[in-house]
Amino acid sequence: MDDDFIELDRVEKVFDVRRKTGFLRRERRSVRAVDSLSFTVARGEMVGYIGPNGAGKSTTIKMLTGILTPSGGRLRVAGIDPSRERTRLARRIGVVFGQRTTLWWDLPLIDSYRLAHRMYRIPEVRYRENLDRCVELLELGELLEVPVRQLSLGQRMRGDIAAALLHDPEVLYLDEPTIGLDVISKSKVRGFLRELNAERGTTVLLTTHDLQDIEQLCSRVMVIDHGRLMYDGALAGLHEVGESERTLVVDLERELPPIEAAPARVVRVEGPRQWLAFPAAQSAAELVARIAARYPLLDLSVREPDIEAVIARMYAGGTAQDEAEKAVS
Amino acid sequence: MVDAGARWAAEEVPGGRVREGVRAYFLIAGMWIRSTMAYRTSFVLMTVTNFATTALDFVAILLMFSRVDALGGYSLQQVAFLYGVSSTTFGLADMVIGSMERLGRRVRDGTLDTLLVRPAPVLAQMAADQFALRRLGRTGQGALVLTWALLRLDIDWTPLRVLLMPVMLVSGCAIFCAVFIAGAAFQFVAQDAAEVQNAFTYGGTTLLQYPPTVFATELLRGVTYVLPLAFVNWLPATYVLGLPYPLGLPEWAAFLSPLVAAGCVGLAGLAWRAGLRSYRSTGS
Amino acid sequence: MGAGRLYVAVAAGGFRRYATYRAATVAGVFTNTAFGLILVYTYTALWDERPHLGGYDLAQAVTYVWIGQALFKTLANGGGGVETELMERIRTGDVAVDLYRPADLQLWWLATDLGRAGFELLGRGVVPFVFGALFFDMALPADVITWLAFLGSVALAMLVSFAIRYLVALTAFWLMDGTGVIQMAWLVGWFCSGMLLPLNVFPGALGEVVRALPWSSLLQAPADVFLGRADPLGTYAFQAVWAVVLLAAGRMVQAAATRRVVVQGG
Repeated sequence: MDDDFIELDRVEKVFDVRRKTGFLRRERRSVRAVDSLSFTVARGEMVGYIGPNGAGKSTTIKMLTGILTPSGGRLRVAGIDPSRERTRLARRIGVVFGQRTTLWWDLPLIDSYRLAHRMYRIPEVRYRENLDRCVELLELGELLEVPVRQLSLGQRMRGDIAAALLHDPEVLYLDEPTIGLDVISKSKVRGFLRELNAERGTTVLLTTHDLQDIEQLCSRVMVIDHGRLMYDGALAGLHEVGESERTLVVDLERELPPIEAAPARVVRVEGPRQWLAFPAAQSAAELVARIAARYPLLDLSVREPDIEAVIARMYAGGTAQDEAEKAVS
Repeated sequence: MVDAGARWAAEEVPGGRVREGVRAYFLIAGMWIRSTMAYRTSFVLMTVTNFATTALDFVAILLMFSRVDALGGYSLQQVAFLYGVSSTTFGLADMVIGSMERLGRRVRDGTLDTLLVRPAPVLAQMAADQFALRRLGRTGQGALVLTWALLRLDIDWTPLRVLLMPVMLVSGCAIFCAVFIAGAAFQFVAQDAAEVQNAFTYGGTTLLQYPPTVFATELLRGVTYVLPLAFVNWLPATYVLGLPYPLGLPEWAAFLSPLVAAGCVGLAGLAWRAGLRSYRSTGS
Repeated sequence: MGAGRLYVAVAAGGFRRYATYRAATVAGVFTNTAFGLILVYTYTALWDERPHLGGYDLAQAVTYVWIGQALFKTLANGGGGVETELMERIRTGDVAVDLYRPADLQLWWLATDLGRAGFELLGRGVVPFVFGALFFDMALPADVITWLAFLGSVALAMLVSFAIRYLVALTAFWLMDGTGVIQMAWLVGWFCSGMLLPLNVFPGALGEVVRALPWSSLLQAPADVFLGRADPLGTYAFQAVWAVVLLAAGRMVQAAATRRVVVQGG
């Protein structure tokens, strides 16, 4: 049971989409949002669930949380069929929707927690312990009496995460938990999740567009596209499969011919600024050192490939050249 | 590795779904009351507006009676009686469950999903959403008119007539609740058509404010046999007032309101379940 | 692009935006028709009791009901115009963006609202009116001139309606939460425009007062032109005066509000 804490066996989700084709005519067709999806997640794992928009990510999460009923296949979370026992499951999971707060807008933050306390019937002692812990680790102490509408995006996100954890969920679903946050908030959120997972053994499943979320949190990544699992494994492996490239942006003292530093190659030149694409697996430091030795450098920065680009490369959707150009534009 | 403390959460909740729903309803409604108190001036203004909006309905009736002595054979006091029952019951239903009309909006902007991941019936959460005490304005105004009518009317009070008063108010409120639930269920299918239910909710209460004798027979049949709004006040009220009901129904029909209300609530509940099921399988 | 063409484009945008909500339009038509039915029967009982009440015969009273239902959404005298959106923009501060547009704030919103009103007239107004004409005995004018005069009066009613709602929306510059004000405004507009009861049925001094207020330009004025009970030119003059006065008031309040925004820095 602990190895297949979350278990999907050929799960499908088919939507009927009606499209207007004329003034009154409508065309009906089926869209397979999730197509024969099978995977298991062990208790205590921290998994990144990624894919382009419309790939079936959120449909999967909605089925896992009991919001949507699968059209076929078998799905279990902690031994519970989410669609049949939605409320029973609700007591055992925590959900954070990144762009949609569940906190009470006009009330002090603490009031949202008091509601959770009663709605989930959390025993007094547990509630105190969990609240104190979240307050400490997420640095919410100053914010508890502040109306939610006055919180910054980052503060609100931390508040939302705490709200999802007061009832000791065994699994936490996070949908874009760091979207729109500043660097400091991001790192606070990530640090907290790491600790939660390590200490409590909470299983975490997160969807994100931010590769750093995955890099810093998840030992395992699942990539979904067109409703199918395209990759399941470590993040490093994903880079290999996708042969992804990072980009080095170099500001030279003056306009110069394209830098030569194989295997990196110049993909764009704009006055004294040049963009070089190089394999993600290669060390940036070594490349920088080589360039610095031969060219008059003013400034430089390294850009990580974003998930979209990595995934796009996985399907050989275009030549390597195209992708590198997309990454710099 | 698993935290032992987490096990408490898996235990089943005491009490059935209904009890759990009622409990969640009060919890959420309480939060909304506190939220509205954050804008006190606006709250006062809105309560007054709510009172005044509905009062103007009655002013219109008063204006009519400034020009005529009877409407459809009913005196001002008799119309006020119908008006009072219709407004009070509708006002209560609107306060308790009226927020359900926002369902279509929640489906469109995706916030319905946040209700589905909480351990409480969605119906209860939806009904308590945006709970507003200011809606007491309408009920208060209806109750005021009803009291005035009762004081001015010369009713031959028998035990049955006395008994029928609370029965009428409770059943009427339940019937309007059923209309709200059914309307919300319909919005699962047609999210943009929220306004249709206004015809039955606001339209319904307006209709019932006037004597049944005013309306065409087909319309009366419709609201008696098909969408039984007539059981909110027309049928029981004509019995209390000792007036004939235009469709020539037997006298005991006036006492059917509780049964009709139970039936309506049951059917609306089924419609709601079907609607929610369809949402969970289509996600739109 | 000339200024005139800009505002025509804005109005067309308003029209199109409302035209996309097809299900909502159908729902609105249904609801307006249902309310029309209730009112028609009530009025019938009223006019049975007192023929020629307010100078109308029964057919004219019934016609009045269906004109009211046809214009209800167009004139937004029960809410539903652009004022909610404008208030929201003021509240969130987005209005600052509007202020820096090379277009006049009031004219911009007027154009949007006229586009909306135009759609509501065609999309929501025609069907309930035709329904009424098919199933009830109505007093329809025989000559084209009266129909055109009616449309002219409706156009002026749109202006007055907007001018009132624009003033209401601007209160959001001073009030944190304008929901109460807006509801109050809808309520007064709904009652004083004669949606519940024709204003000429209002008794005595109350009647004199409501008939002189701007809201009587909304429904009573076009209805009386349609029913041939009022001289179109006189009615136009009455409506135009209110339109000018209220639009000018709107400009003054807008100027004060703009100063406020500039002082506060947005």
